[in-house]
Amino acid sequence: MLEAKDLKAVYCDCLIDLAEHDDRIVLIEADLMRAAGTMPFKDKFPRRTIDVGVAEANMIGVAAGLSAYGKIPFAHSFCTFASRRCYDQIAVSVAYAQLNVKIGGLDPGVAAELNGGTHMAFEDIGIMRNIPTMTVFEPVDAVQLKKAMPQIVEHYGPVYIRLFRRQAEPIFEESYDFKLGRADTVKDGKDVVIFASGLMVHKSLQAAQILEKEGVSARVVNIHTIKPLDADAVTAHAKATGAVVTAENHSIIGGLGSAVAETLSENCPVPLQRVGVKDTFGEVGKLDYLMERFRLTAEDVASAARTVLAKKR
Amino acid sequence: MTQKELAAFKQYANEARRLTIEMIGHVGVGHVGGSCSIIDILVMLYFRHMRIDSKNPRWPDRDRFVLSKGHAGPALYSVLAMRGYFDRKELTTLNQPGTNLPSHCDMNKTVGIDMTAGSLGQGLSAAVGMAIGGQIDRKDFRVYCVIGDGESQEGQIWEAAMLASQYKLDNLIVFTDDNKMQIDGLTDDVVSLKPLDKRWEAFGWHVQSVDGHDYTAIDTAIETAKRVEGQPSMIILNTIKGKGCSFAEGMLTSHNMPVTAENVKRACAELN
Repeated sequence: MLEAKDLKAVYCDCLIDLAEHDDRIVLIEADLMRAAGTMPFKDKFPRRTIDVGVAEANMIGVAAGLSAYGKIPFAHSFCTFASRRCYDQIAVSVAYAQLNVKIGGLDPGVAAELNGGTHMAFEDIGIMRNIPTMTVFEPVDAVQLKKAMPQIVEHYGPVYIRLFRRQAEPIFEESYDFKLGRADTVKDGKDVVIFASGLMVHKSLQAAQILEKEGVSARVVNIHTIKPLDADAVTAHAKATGAVVTAENHSIIGGLGSAVAETLSENCPVPLQRVGVKDTFGEVGKLDYLMERFRLTAEDVASAARTVLAKKR
Repeated sequence: MTQKELAAFKQYANEARRLTIEMIGHVGVGHVGGSCSIIDILVMLYFRHMRIDSKNPRWPDRDRFVLSKGHAGPALYSVLAMRGYFDRKELTTLNQPGTNLPSHCDMNKTVGIDMTAGSLGQGLSAAVGMAIGGQIDRKDFRVYCVIGDGESQEGQIWEAAMLASQYKLDNLIVFTDDNKMQIDGLTDDVVSLKPLDKRWEAFGWHVQSVDGHDYTAIDTAIETAKRVEGQPSMIILNTIKGKGCSFAEGMLTSHNMPVTAENVKRACAELN
């Protein structure tokens, strides 16, 4: 296991490593370098770090131009401002133009904490998933993030990285074989499958422990790449268990739960329950409070599992 | 510029206008006004000032051109065809199903287009990005960009303007096609941009204002802009919407208008 490190530090270290061998990589920021933790990149590559000031639409447009020239720009802001604030720029100047811009959204969902409702993105996955060619990736821990970054650089096309900045509960071993776009089983089980992303993977593992005490064997699968969804794996897990729960730090409209429901209703309709934010705005609070407030706890996941198990029988 | 060169540019511009009207006429409707107002600047760029090679359209060291007011695509397609980027016969495919020539510029469809544009206000940011890319790699290519006066009501234009000035992008030369009209009326009556020159100056740009249909004036302004150091350049082109086509010239309705076979015939005769 890696030593405990903030994900933002892991992210920046990866970018520096990659940039040392690939001069196409440039950073483009909108006055949130301190939040994104990308200052060390600037120290190392000052000419390759562009701060556009508080102007997210321009950040994406400039990134598109850098990509058209041949660079691989990584643009950052809070999830809200990295997605909905510059949505048309992402759709037209980046994706429609088939350019290669990587967009890092910081503080997904409840991680916005004391910044509150204005900064709390519960819809970013939904809107980004709706843009053709967009890859949507939400890392769960440091090991996964580290392994994902070279593949994100390797992949030509826009990628939205939904980045929790602080230390994340370790889920994967250093030997983990990561592949962008592939669902990864974190814990095996046979009665119900829980598809989880980001912060909710750890909660889902806790839920599996609660369920185990009740004699229920829950499988936990991490969907780190929400788009393109690993539809084959999602269908296979649903078939194998016959009951599905999704768990995400995002609205149940448009996010992981929607993506899984869309796939399964066409390919393998089984009882399904979505754990996530129920069509509401965010508010201020610390992480634990907000996870209780928006029903994102291990008990909420376990309860959803009980519901689908009851329907299955 | 010699008299002979001047005559040649006039001839190129007439031809480009004919091709533009013919191609729009073939579909029956299109952006006549804003296409015809920029033909002269496009001719000056593509026939005199830009470092390009139509046989090597992705040449890394080429000058770039971004048509931020992407709806004037037909004007650019005419000039690109005339410069040999693709066959003129293709021009009649404008907006036909499966065409490589859509209303708004698409870098993945049309050979010679450097940036996709259509959602107003975005092209200038991309031009700034290209210019910064050149600056990072210490390349000597230039980036040219045409924006509209109506387009300049978009906030993103001014975000890009601030950044270009901050980065002292003297490899960036931008033109405002100041044809003084937008879809809902005269720009002055909708949301005025005056004083446009002072605004760009205040944003830190080197600014010139010229008659956008006077080749000598445009040529001199571009030469001056090329010599500017430490600042991006804005050249405001005083233009007439629909310039050169009597059925559209100076008309508020010319933004996106029907074009009949009779219109095409008369316009082409006038442009001969």
